[in-house]
Amino acid sequence: MIGRLVLITLGLGLLLALSGFLGIAIGPSGASFGDVLAIFSGKAGSQSITSTIVWQIRLPRVILAATVGATLALGGLVFQALLRNPLAEPYILGISGGSAVGAIIGLLLGLSPFPGVPLAAFSGSMLVLVLVLGLVSGQSAVNRDSMLLGGVMMNAFCGAIIMFLISVSQTSQVHQILFWLMGDFTMFNTGQLPVLLTLLPCFLLIFVLARPMNLLLAGHESAAALGVNVQLASLVLLVTTSFMVSIVVCQSGLVGFVGLVVPHILRMVLGPDHRLLVPASILGGGAYLILCDLLARTLSSTGEMPVGIVTAMIGAPLFIVLLWRSRRCR
Amino acid sequence: MPVISVQGLDLCYGKRQVLQDITMQVQRGEFYLIIGPNGSGKTSLLKGLANLLPIAGGRIEILGRPLTSYTRRQLAQKIAVVPQQISLDFPFTVADTVLMGRAPHLGLMRVEGAADHALATEAMHFTDVTHLADRRLDQLSGGERQRVIIARALCQQPEIILLDEPTASLDPAHQIQIMDLMERFRAEKGTTVIMVSHDLNLAALYGDRLLLLHNGRTEMVGSPVEVLIAERLAACYGCAMLVEKDSLGGMPRVTPVPQKYSQIL
Repeated sequence: MIGRLVLITLGLGLLLALSGFLGIAIGPSGASFGDVLAIFSGKAGSQSITSTIVWQIRLPRVILAATVGATLALGGLVFQALLRNPLAEPYILGISGGSAVGAIIGLLLGLSPFPGVPLAAFSGSMLVLVLVLGLVSGQSAVNRDSMLLGGVMMNAFCGAIIMFLISVSQTSQVHQILFWLMGDFTMFNTGQLPVLLTLLPCFLLIFVLARPMNLLLAGHESAAALGVNVQLASLVLLVTTSFMVSIVVCQSGLVGFVGLVVPHILRMVLGPDHRLLVPASILGGGAYLILCDLLARTLSSTGEMPVGIVTAMIGAPLFIVLLWRSRRCR
Repeated sequence: MPVISVQGLDLCYGKRQVLQDITMQVQRGEFYLIIGPNGSGKTSLLKGLANLLPIAGGRIEILGRPLTSYTRRQLAQKIAVVPQQISLDFPFTVADTVLMGRAPHLGLMRVEGAADHALATEAMHFTDVTHLADRRLDQLSGGERQRVIIARALCQQPEIILLDEPTASLDPAHQIQIMDLMERFRAEKGTTVIMVSHDLNLAALYGDRLLLLHNGRTEMVGSPVEVLIAERLAACYGCAMLVEKDSLGGMPRVTPVPQKYSQIL
């Protein structure tokens, strides 16, 4: 197990580093790979325009994309394990939408960027989580259809609230909020990096709970009979994941389907063991979103598009395939 | 000292009471079967013994200690549960599933060592699933899957094993295979076996003692010969029963009597 863990961590760590390098090196300013290597090795002057672009714009953006990708992939993995449903992920369940509503309310109320707005986002995500889980509670097995329908309903409801909030907000904020909602990494700056550091203890906590997550896959009673305190483990995982999602939604808006695509691919390759999947989702999710952001920046000749459009174009078809397969298996 | 002692146990699902005033004692190494019609509270009793349902009244002691004084992990080191079904949404391989039986002994972070792998190998050998080690759980037949879950329980090294209808939906050969396995488990490891069963004939063939439940209450506790009486079973199950001696060991053989033959009795 430890040998596989080291191998996977090294392999996906390398993929993340390579994606990060591509994310920094490729862009409209025309800097070559050599220029970027020279900047990193300290051979290029720190005052050059390329150096400023790399250090001030692209590196923070790549760090944000990697962190958001890692968080959303991990969030999807946790929800899938807890609900024993491969279709569960923060965006589809409406958790991200709840965070967005909370964040916008926080912004409009003039709360501080940290911790005011993230706390408002966290409150929004927890409210949606309680409502969606309330819909499926009391059923002997978690009903996929009612849970997904609950998530879709909450997403639609959150969308309506967001539109209402936008319609009553000042015109100057509307464009900014709309772009942010579709998943936007352009507004991030290095001053916000400490906010992202709050995610590291969450990653660690979820890794520590990887074995209980494995046991929960066989069912809650089965896990309890194998020594898992199911209520405590579920509560810690749900609250931690909602907190992580709230933090990244505040930084980058709504980026959907990462939590569906990344764990699905990793599970196909590595199997269902969360002791491998947790670190793999962190590294793989980071690499995936850096590459999606790269596509978002370079695909359109008229300028960049929100990364949420790219992740939805990849994730939505996969969601439909998974839904079709899960219905066929029943 | 009994390994399990239950005094005046009441259990509820929400506001609905499913068990009332149950008293039972199970001795070490006993093969104890819980029988009764649908809805009589058999599975609820098993869940109560594993602390999977909150106790509404009365007292359960496991190995001389109150059940509620055990943490989940401590209890899982003493009691293994074989549920009727497990979820197959994210199936592990057989080897990984059996190794999960070590979880209560390892805690959160400790990785399985050579001794744990050896126990899993022994458990797979005991239940004859070694050849399936690399197969996924969802690729197995019902009987094979049940043997894997029993292997996981064996790997847990429990003092007590609780099984919820492990032979349900299996053909007669596989039913006997599972029952023989539990009989051997008890004989070789000295483990106490408590099993819920709908099959009165299997209960008669294997049980040291039977607990007959009816409407959430104890109807009778005793040896198969004492419990499996035609009139008592007819009253509990609501249909005529023919009880004869089998030709193997002289144990009761129970046949539910169809309406068309009821005049013959």
